[in-house]
Parts: sequence; structure tokens; C-alpha cells
Amino acid sequence: MSVEINGTPHERAPRPGQCLRTYLREEGCFGVKKGCDAGDCGACTVHVDGEPVHSCVYPAFRAQGHRVTTIEGLANGDELHPVQRSFLEAQGFQCGFCTAGLIMTTAALDPAQRADLPRALKGNLCRCTGYRAVADAVAGIPAQVWARPGAAVGAAVGAPAGPQVVTGTARYTFDVDVPGLLHLKVLRSPHAHARVVAVDTSAALAVPGVELILTHKDAPDRLFSTAQHENVAEDPADTRVLDDVVRFVGQRVAAVVATSEAAAEDACRRLRVEYEVLPAVLDPALALAPGAPLVHGDKFDRNVIGELHAALGDVDAGFAAADEVYEATFRTARVQHAALETHGALGWLDDDGRLVIRSSTQTPFLTRRAVAALYDLPPDRVRVFTGRVGGGFGGKQEMLAEDLVALAVLRTGRPVKWEFTRSEQFCGATTRHPFRVTVKAGARRDGTITALQLEVLADTGAYGNHGPSVMYHSCHESIAVYKCDTVRVDAHAVYTNTVPAGAFRGYGLGQVTFALESVLDEVARRIGMDPVTFRELNVVRPGDALTAPGDHVDDLGIASYGLDQCLDRMRSAYATVDEAPAGWLTGEGMAIAMIAAGPPGGHFADATIRSLGDGRYELSVGTAEFGNGSTTVHAQIAADELGTTPDRIVIRQSDTDLVPHDTGAFASTGVVVAGQAVLRAARALRASGGEIAHGHFDGTPRSVAFNAQWFRVAVDPDTGELRILRSVHSADAGTVMNPMQLRGQIEGGVAQALGATLAEHVDLDERGEVTTTTFRQYHLPTFADTPFTEVHFAETSDEIGPLGAKSMSESPFNPVSPALANALRDAIGVRMTEIPFTADRIWRAIQEDR
Amino acid sequence: MWRPGDAWLGGGTALFGEPRPGISRLLDLPSAGWPALTARDDGVEIAATCTIAELATLLDRYAIVRQCCEALLASFKIWNVATVGGNLCAALPAGPMISLGSALDGVCTLIGPAGEQRQVPVAEFVTGEGRTVLRDGELLRSIFLPGAALAARTSYRRGSLHRYGRSAVLLIGRTAPGGGRTLTVTAATRRPWVFRFAEPPRAERLQAALATIPPAEYVDDVHGRPAWRAHLTRHYAEQIRTELSV
Repeated sequence: MSVEINGTPHERAPRPGQCLRTYLREEGCFGVKKGCDAGDCGACTVHVDGEPVHSCVYPAFRAQGHRVTTIEGLANGDELHPVQRSFLEAQGFQCGFCTAGLIMTTAALDPAQRADLPRALKGNLCRCTGYRAVADAVAGIPAQVWARPGAAVGAAVGAPAGPQVVTGTARYTFDVDVPGLLHLKVLRSPHAHARVVAVDTSAALAVPGVELILTHKDAPDRLFSTAQHENVAEDPADTRVLDDVVRFVGQRVAAVVATSEAAAEDACRRLRVEYEVLPAVLDPALALAPGAPLVHGDKFDRNVIGELHAALGDVDAGFAAADEVYEATFRTARVQHAALETHGALGWLDDDGRLVIRSSTQTPFLTRRAVAALYDLPPDRVRVFTGRVGGGFGGKQEMLAEDLVALAVLRTGRPVKWEFTRSEQFCGATTRHPFRVTVKAGARRDGTITALQLEVLADTGAYGNHGPSVMYHSCHESIAVYKCDTVRVDAHAVYTNTVPAGAFRGYGLGQVTFALESVLDEVARRIGMDPVTFRELNVVRPGDALTAPGDHVDDLGIASYGLDQCLDRMRSAYATVDEAPAGWLTGEGMAIAMIAAGPPGGHFADATIRSLGDGRYELSVGTAEFGNGSTTVHAQIAADELGTTPDRIVIRQSDTDLVPHDTGAFASTGVVVAGQAVLRAARALRASGGEIAHGHFDGTPRSVAFNAQWFRVAVDPDTGELRILRSVHSADAGTVMNPMQLRGQIEGGVAQALGATLAEHVDLDERGEVTTTTFRQYHLPTFADTPFTEVHFAETSDEIGPLGAKSMSESPFNPVSPALANALRDAIGVRMTEIPFTADRIWRAIQEDR
Repeated sequence: MWRPGDAWLGGGTALFGEPRPGISRLLDLPSAGWPALTARDDGVEIAATCTIAELATLLDRYAIVRQCCEALLASFKIWNVATVGGNLCAALPAGPMISLGSALDGVCTLIGPAGEQRQVPVAEFVTGEGRTVLRDGELLRSIFLPGAALAARTSYRRGSLHRYGRSAVLLIGRTAPGGGRTLTVTAATRRPWVFRFAEPPRAERLQAALATIPPAEYVDDVHGRPAWRAHLTRHYAEQIRTELSV
């Protein structure tokens, strides 16, 4: 009995136990996405006989004799389905990985469901948009415009990949059919700290289809960091491809390469590993204590991997001069990026025998460098590129799969794929660094901050990828936004035997900003000053130096200033009125954040533009597109410089074959660094009048961007339930290159931060094993959880950024937790210091205060 | 015949929702073709294979049925596939079909590998988190809901950390003929707790009854702390008592 897919019968019978999602993908329907494989996220939604179902939990055999419609079959020939058209016109997506599922779901809604989207869309998770653009798409409210020649910058130009995203034809990392593909799976450590004494592979090798088993004996005896930075020395070299010591539950112990994923998994279960269990330390404070088990005792004689002890001015005198001093300790949870596309890579040897890796990465060039170094290959014998990447948020500024895929390809000579499961994302990828931050602040009654003191403890987990850098960054712009010349910082980044932390949107700033902005709110209360005036009195102004304790690269300055406008918005928000349910407590709060436009110490981009004739151009850039929208902006910049329209700019990207170098899509550099290179290339082409031109930017000097967030909340004191009555965000991004995209990026950042503030926490058990390994246990914000956020742009133009633009991307995340904390404090009269603020914790805080 | 590694397959949404390396054969129940709903003089027999969507449509006239369907964490797309029986057999504290069946004095019919049948009240079918009275090879055939209970006046309260999140507390009060009351506590506790009162209880009596639930019986997981669940149980129970007394 055949399965009818999009009108065509498919005769191949599904395998026993196969779900419909993998069957459909094997039949070529790559628009059907894997987000969770547990029925939670909806990215795999298809219709069976017109009824929408989650194909990942739908037994494939049951589709035999029935009609299946996927995103590829929704359009009527070349004419888009109305829902596809409205998602395109509203740009109801960013990375677009969840979009096929959202479209298939929306297309199946009845009028009653359309009127109740919070309920109707509870089975569709989007990590990028914050759902407002999705709501507009469902309602058919368009946002996109077609720009006139030379007028693209500043217009709501649609993403070049939009038509592919809404038709399911955009090709993400795993959406390729590679003949002869082998599959890689890993066995992960059950121990937080253990030596691998022996691996018995005999039973595993006997599984039919197994081609290769890799253990630490096959791995190069070479240390590296999974973190990717332009400067390799920024991260400690403490990691091996496969190590004979495992340092967290979930670390890869061995890899099996087989002709099917099932065979590889089966063989992993048959590997017999003898461990010598070693003492482990799971708590960062205990890791600092004398005599603590050493996580990397073979390399370092302590668990501290980065520290900063520095002061500006006489801090003790500053506190003595204060009328009010407040001190508190804050904690942030482990948070997962939860990009809808999981980590993974495919590798093969091309006709020339060159190693090629197609990866879900934010850093193709740095990953090529890292792979080449690991296996002693000249860089030109390695090519790394991406398809469209389904979300990153910092999680893919990391080499988590490519090293092992490369080894498997080099050993077998055959194409190999490794695609993480959703559970592996939680137990075997990276998280946001959990922080403990103690802040002490003093102020005089006139509003002057007299001293600040911060004690920061960042838990980097079992490996130091991004650990020191996140710690340093966390103590910079968060402090430097205030012109206080008496500041002391004591910060540590420490190893523990837990799942490693890594780069995460905000790169440490959000954690320290949460603590600092909470304490300053409390200080303002104590001196009887409103929080906006208090900020206005203390923030840096144009011409001020940006200072924080410690040595910092001195190329950072205020090249445009809109924080005053952001604060004006906060003040006007207080004048609004909202209704709360009877008996609920209400409160208001705000916070600010500053972020550097790019990382210190160099971030490079190359761009090449070539005339194709008839007013069309090919633009090659190295940076990656994972929903950040930089591709759209690059097309806008090039179109305006060359007097054409963005649809006539053909973009090639994220491929080490295209341009000499690109540091990568991280540190909010897509516009300010890669965009600058594009601008220079386009200007060079226009100036030369030739066929081809190049542009380069080295990422220095750097400006700063500003964000401010305001909330009004209501809390039910009987249950702890919190509702956001109003959310207002103001951003100073310099020239707004694309208001539709910038608004969407800010809304998405606020939504993701609200997840970290109100819901998300990766939990470990007493053995260090991650217990929250599905979206059912790890609650991402849904449509219903995400409030509408008013977004306002400051009117500024930057002297450094391309065409006056500055960074955004990461920064909208940072003021959200403290703004919510301050509103909650205002409502319930209790200062809560540990995120997330879930209803049970809020209820307990109210009880303990009674 | 039943053998080790076998599993009964309902809709598949739970079974396919995580890796099941121990399962080597699936025995498909929907292909048995059981009618979703069978009306009886004294009530309604719901096949284990009845989907949530079918239940919500076919018993739409009972508010409590609709409320329990909507308590499901999963979306309406899952309703199209997930079954009433599967929800019971998963035996999660938050399983709303367990709440519905327990609150309405539902009775499960189980069939053993040799065809032998037995009846178990829904409230006793689930014995703990993920645990049921099912024996090896035994299957859940149907759930009978008595007509009188279905038609009775009910009062429903649900608490969750998130608006449409997994239930942390799900309480259903029901009026019984002659003025009696039942209160069913689910989601907050590891198994259903049903309290019966011959007459409408006063607040103190109700709270005294709830106090017989041992603190360790409240679920402790990411969906809510036990003390909060216990508090919400008392809080909502009183709301239900008040609502049913007017």
C-alpha cells in the first residue's frame, strides 16, 4: 500500500517503528523539519488526509493508503497558498526553521482557532521571532515593501531567502541527499568524572552496518577549544576529540559510524566501557575551595580558568560617602539556546580528495582553521560551508560536531553525517553560563552613585570554551555604562564537572546586568528617586570614556548616543495605564544595557562583489545567516551603493571557498563588520567601474549600542501567577537599516530573555546528569507566554558603523531580566534574586515575606 | 502471542515521543477497529483507541470533557492522534484523561494476554508516576463513564507554571445525587486522590480531608514545587467547594 505524498504515490514501505517525519524526509520532503522528535515543537507538522499532525510522533505505516501534504505540496503550482504568502509578506520568520510547521498548522486552523492563537499555536515553538510577526502573518498584515533603486537602506525589505523559507525549499544543514551517507552516533559518559580504562567494541562491531568505531585511541593527541574566536589563545586548549578522561555526564566517549542511524545507535548501546570513577565537583563555589577535585588536574593545578581582580578609585571611601548602601547576591540558571535546528554536520571528500564539511555553524572559516589544525591539513585542503542555519544564539560559535565528523570522513573516505538529537542539545552541547553575582552599590541622596563592588562567579562547566572571555565581557559594558570612578571587581570563571557553558546571546553581560540593574533599582528606591532620573544622573554621555576595572582594549567609544532617548521612552511608559485583575498586585520596573558593537581584539570580514551584467551583481560574503537577517541588510547596502534594487543582488555566503576570510557571525557583527566590508566592496566597484571589487573590515574601532526595557506586571498573590500587562523596549541601533527586521530581532530577543527570566532552567541531578532533556521539561516561551512588546528606535547615526548603523542582535536580551525583576519587586515588595521567576517561586517569596 | 519486547501501540504520540530501545515489536490497537464511543443505557463506553479529538467532539455537550481535553499540554494536532487510553497508560500525574475518568467514577476494562477481562476504577488504575496496574501483556480496552456522573454538575480548576503549560494541579469537584460531593485531586499528586462527602462539606472538613494527603505524595518536578502544589490544591479545593455550594 503506497503513501500519497503531495499527490504522488510513494511505494516504498516504511521501516518497522519508523515515524512519518523521517519517512517523508527520506522520500525527499526536506521541508519537514526535526525540531524535537517528541511532538512538542511542531516543526514537522504535515497534513494526513487534511488533518494536521506532528509527523515525528506519527507512525509512518499508518500513512499507508492515505494522503499526506507537506509544505512542498501546499502551494498550487507556482501560486503560493494564502498562508505562505502572508508569512512571506509579514516576514513571520527569522531563521525559518519552524516556519513550515507554522504554515502547515495555520493552514489547518478553523475560524475559532484563528481567533484564539495562544491556544491554537501552543504546539508550535519559534525561538527567533517572539511570535508578533507570526501573529501578523496569520492575520494577513503585511510588513514587507519593495524598495526603489537606491532607497533600500531604511526600508522594510524582505529577506532574500523568504520565498524558499515559506515553500520549504530553503536548504538547511541536513536538507541534502548524499549518496552512500554513513551516520555517526556517540556514546556519552554516565559519569561526571572518570577515566576510560578500556572500551570493548566487539559486540558493537558485530552489529550489521557498522563501519567504524572511534575511541580516544583514534583521536589526535592534541588539545583544542571548541570555542571559536579570531584569536585562538582566547580560550584554554583543554579538549580532545575523544578523551581518555571524561569530565561531565554526557561527554562523548566513543563514536560509531554505520550505514544507518539505528545501527549506529544499537552499536553504541553494545559498547562495553570500563571506567575508573574519579571524584567530581558540581558546584562552582565548591570548585573554588581548597582541596576541591580538579576538573583538569592533568593540565592545571586549580579549577579557576579566568579571573579578574581590579579596581578604579577608592571603593571603601566611596561606600563611606554613600547615604544608602545596598548589597545582594543574584543567581542565573543554566539556559539552553534551543535553536530549532540542532547541532550537526555532514562531511565528505570532494573529487579532488579535499575534506568538505557542511555544518550548522556560525563560524565556517574559524572551524576550517580548527579542523585543519587538528588533522595537520593545509587550510586549502579543507572547505567548510553552511546551508541555511536554523538558529544559533551563540551556540554555534563552537565546534561541537565537525571535529568528529572530519575524523570519521578521513578514516572511512566516505560521507558521514552527525545530527544531534534534541536531548543531546541539552546534555551534550553548551549552555548559557550560570552566574552568581554579588553587587554592592552606594549612592548619595542627590542620586550620585558613590561606589560599585561586584563579586562574580561564572561556572564554565567541564571545559573552558568561552569561559574567560564571557567572564571579562560580563564585567565590562554592564559597568562602563555608568560614569562611576570607584568600582571594584572580583571575578572568577571556574571549571566544574558539568555540561560545558559556552557563548550565549549577550555573552555574560545579561547575567551581570541582571544583578547590577536590580541593585541600582533598590538603591534608587532607598534614596527616594525614580529609577529613570537615577539612571539619567549616572549614565555615560557623549564624550565620556567607557571605563571598567581591568585592562580593556581601548578602541571602544561612544560614536553615537541614543541612551537619553531610550530613557525618555522609559519615562513616558510610566504614564500609561493598564487594568489588572481584582486582588492582584501590580508593579513597574525598568533597566538599561549597553553593548559594544563587536568584540575586542579584531573581527574580520571580507566581501567580494562582481557585476553579472544587466544591472545584476553577485555579492560574496563569509559570514553566516541563521535568522539574524544580515543577508538582507547586505543586499540593501550593496543595492543602494550600486543604484539598483536588492532583488538584483545575488548573495553567496558562508563558504570558505568564497572569500579570503571571515571571523564569523557572532558578537553582533553581521551589520557592523560584515556590512562594512560589503559597503567598502560596493563603493570600490562603483568607484572603479570595473567588473569586480573587494571590501575588507578589521572590526576596529568600535561604537556602543544601547537598550532599555520597561515592564508593568500583575501578580496573583494566591498563586504566584505573573502576567505582563505592558512591555516597552527602546533601542539605539544607530541608523535603522531595516525596521521590520530590527523590530523582529528586538521582539525575539525580549521573548528569549523572558524565557530565561520566567521559565527556562537546565537542571542537573545530584550526579551531574541533565534531567531536562526535552521541551516538555524545558519550557520555551510559546505564543501564549509572550506578550506584545512595543519597540521604539532612538534616532541616531553612528560615526563608525556602516551608513550610521550599530549592532543589535544580542543586546535586546540584556535589560529584560532586571526590568522584570524590578517590576516584580515593585509589585510584591520582595526583591527576588534568582531567575527564573516561576509562579511557585514567586508564591514562595510572597509567603516568606508574610 | 505476547512476547518480551512487545508494546501495545495506541496513537503513538507517547511511544514515538522518545527512544524505546527495549521495544522490538509494536502491536497496533487502532487496527482492531473498535468504535470510538459506544452509548450504553447507564453511560458511555470510550474505546482506549478513541482519540482526544474524537472525544472532544463526540462528548462536546459535557463541559468537563472539553475542559479535560484542553488541559492536555499537547496541541490540537496531537489530539488528532493521541488516544484516551494512551493518556491513561502513560500514567503521568498531569494526564487529563486520568483526571476525567477519576472524577467521573470511570471504570477501566482490561484484557489479559489470554483474553481474560477485569474491571478497575480509573482512580485505581494509576498507582504512581508512570505506574499502572497493567500486567505484562495486558491491554486497556475501554473506559466506562457512568451517565449520571457525566451529567452531574462539576467544577474545574487547573494550575500550571505557564498559561497552557503542563498541569501542576488539576481538581474536579462533582455533585452527587442526594447532595453528596466528590473532589478529585490529580496532577498535583503522584496518583489520583478522590474524596467523597455524603453532604456538602464545610471548609474545615474539606481541608481536613486534603490534609490526609502525605506531603511526599505531592509531585516534585520541573512543573512545580510540592509546597506550591499542595497550597494550590487547598486553594482551588475551597474555590470548588464554594462554587458548588451556590
